[in-house]
Amino acid sequence: MSNNPPTQTHYVAPLEETPLVAIDTVNVGERPSNLWIDAWRDMRRRPMFWISSVIILLVVLVALFPNLFTSVPPNDNCVLSNSNGAPTAEHILGFTKQGCDVFSRIIHGTSTSLSVGIIVTVLTTVLGILFGMFAGYYGGWLDSVLSRAGDIFFSIPYILAAVVIMSVFSAYRNVFVISLAIGIFAWPATARVLRAEIMRVKNSDYVMASQALGVSRFRILLRHVLPNSIAPVIVVTTISLGAAIVAEATLSFLGVGLPNTTMSWGNDISAAQSDLRTAPQTLIYPSLALSITVLSFIMLGEVVRDALDPKARAQR
Amino acid sequence: MAGYILRRLLQAIPVLLGTTFLIYFMVFAMPGDPLLALFGDKTPSPALLESLRQQYHLDQPFIIQYFLYLGGIFHGDFGTSFSGEPVADILARTFPVTIRLAIMALIIEFVGGVLIGLVSGLRKGKLFDASALVVSLIFISLPIFVIAFVAQFIFGIQLGWARTTVSSGAPIQDLILPAFVLASITFAQIVRLTRASVIETQSLDFVRTAYGKGLSRRRIIPVHILRNSLIPVVTYAATDFGVLLVGATVTEGIFNVPGVGRTLYQAIVRGEGPTVVSFVTVMVLIYLVVNLVVDLLYGLLDPRIRYVK
Repeated sequence: MSNNPPTQTHYVAPLEETPLVAIDTVNVGERPSNLWIDAWRDMRRRPMFWISSVIILLVVLVALFPNLFTSVPPNDNCVLSNSNGAPTAEHILGFTKQGCDVFSRIIHGTSTSLSVGIIVTVLTTVLGILFGMFAGYYGGWLDSVLSRAGDIFFSIPYILAAVVIMSVFSAYRNVFVISLAIGIFAWPATARVLRAEIMRVKNSDYVMASQALGVSRFRILLRHVLPNSIAPVIVVTTISLGAAIVAEATLSFLGVGLPNTTMSWGNDISAAQSDLRTAPQTLIYPSLALSITVLSFIMLGEVVRDALDPKARAQR
Repeated sequence: MAGYILRRLLQAIPVLLGTTFLIYFMVFAMPGDPLLALFGDKTPSPALLESLRQQYHLDQPFIIQYFLYLGGIFHGDFGTSFSGEPVADILARTFPVTIRLAIMALIIEFVGGVLIGLVSGLRKGKLFDASALVVSLIFISLPIFVIAFVAQFIFGIQLGWARTTVSSGAPIQDLILPAFVLASITFAQIVRLTRASVIETQSLDFVRTAYGKGLSRRRIIPVHILRNSLIPVVTYAATDFGVLLVGATVTEGIFNVPGVGRTLYQAIVRGEGPTVVSFVTVMVLIYLVVNLVVDLLYGLLDPRIRYVK
């Protein structure tokens, strides 16, 4: 009996007939996938991504070339007899209290909101990356010092801080000063997110491999750790652009933002508040422009977060 | 536990010193006359300037100025307002109103937000969940003053259900609309956090075990899922207390609620710099204390936190 080959007691299907064949084959020609390619594949399937991107693109176009969208000058030709007037064929959203065209003012105010948003975001991202990167990567006393500094800035709600700064610099109210006032207190959020991510990434095997190869610590940080930790920062950045636009509008609404001579949505909303009863259009339309823009940035941030974070994807 | 409390209190000291120093530095280390800068295009009377100079000790070197000012704060001396009334007295008068408004808003956002978030999380992917997500996104994007004006316009002017401004004494029924507006800013975040947390908790082993041993959903949902999902929600509410403070400033200003926020709002709008600085300092101190208390409560509620450095 031992001379005979063992008889087959279980039926074993040929490999081609099993689902294993799908796992077993390696498509050599396929492009290697990574986080960004996966994220892009996920994002482009979602309608929210396209809606928010198109709106943001439109807002950028309006900010860059306002004259393509309206031929009515925003401030000249304001006639007081049109004060709070109803919409007409040429002035589709009606008139402000000063008799200016509401639509034209919204169009021309776009660049103000967008520039504040962009300057604040660049500032918070640069400061946040610097603080978060060194605190998370080097740890120790440097982390303690940088994190405590972040705690202090984080403990003052940034709009309140901006109110104080703008009160002090009441003589220099312009887009740059207001962006600085918001950005200087808004960066710890970015720094915290990056610090946590870097602390996770720096223990990876590929970092250890680079160390074993003798790559310098700083080079590892720039070449391997930072690029692999940047995804959550991008999410925070997109959302904070919307938040910065809201902050500018809030400060202008409170009267410590941009001067009345600068066209901005916040200023227009602020000027219209006393006429809510008689001329709601002067308040509703700038608010709508503001809200839609902010909504687009926050929506884009959400989509990017879902695409970059598999855990968030599972919860969807 | 005692070690945990001590550690948290010690950690709070540098932050407290740092924040007050930062505010003081921003205001009084500027070139030129900081007091004149604070008044913008107004000209304060010489007597007022003199009293402010004494209050902020501007005749001393900078570091001594700061410590004298800090000493004053610890004695409850927050300076005097533009009209000459001590800030501490204004606080005593306006604080109860703000507390009443804040408690109403907190109840609305917690009860509403947690309920909607729970239902959303349990019915993930269904119509209710999808619409809750979209609506919460819209609320997150709307600036508080836009929500306030829209609410004023719809409920106050068009429907006439509520008064557009609060009458003197701030009775509860007048505060309902402002409380809803104030609640709306953090409400959406609470919905989303609760939802995410419920979805995560639902997949944990102890919930599966509870289902496995045959417990009813009526018991599992409130006891196992909800209670364990609330920790991140409470954390969020504490860190976002700052947003609530700013929101209270705008809401109280628009609805004319006679609270701390409106006092700050009016001082900002009128360009009364020194009053603004005093009130912002007070609000930052409140914010720090609230966060500290919540941190200490955590150590009590969740033993794991006590041991994490």
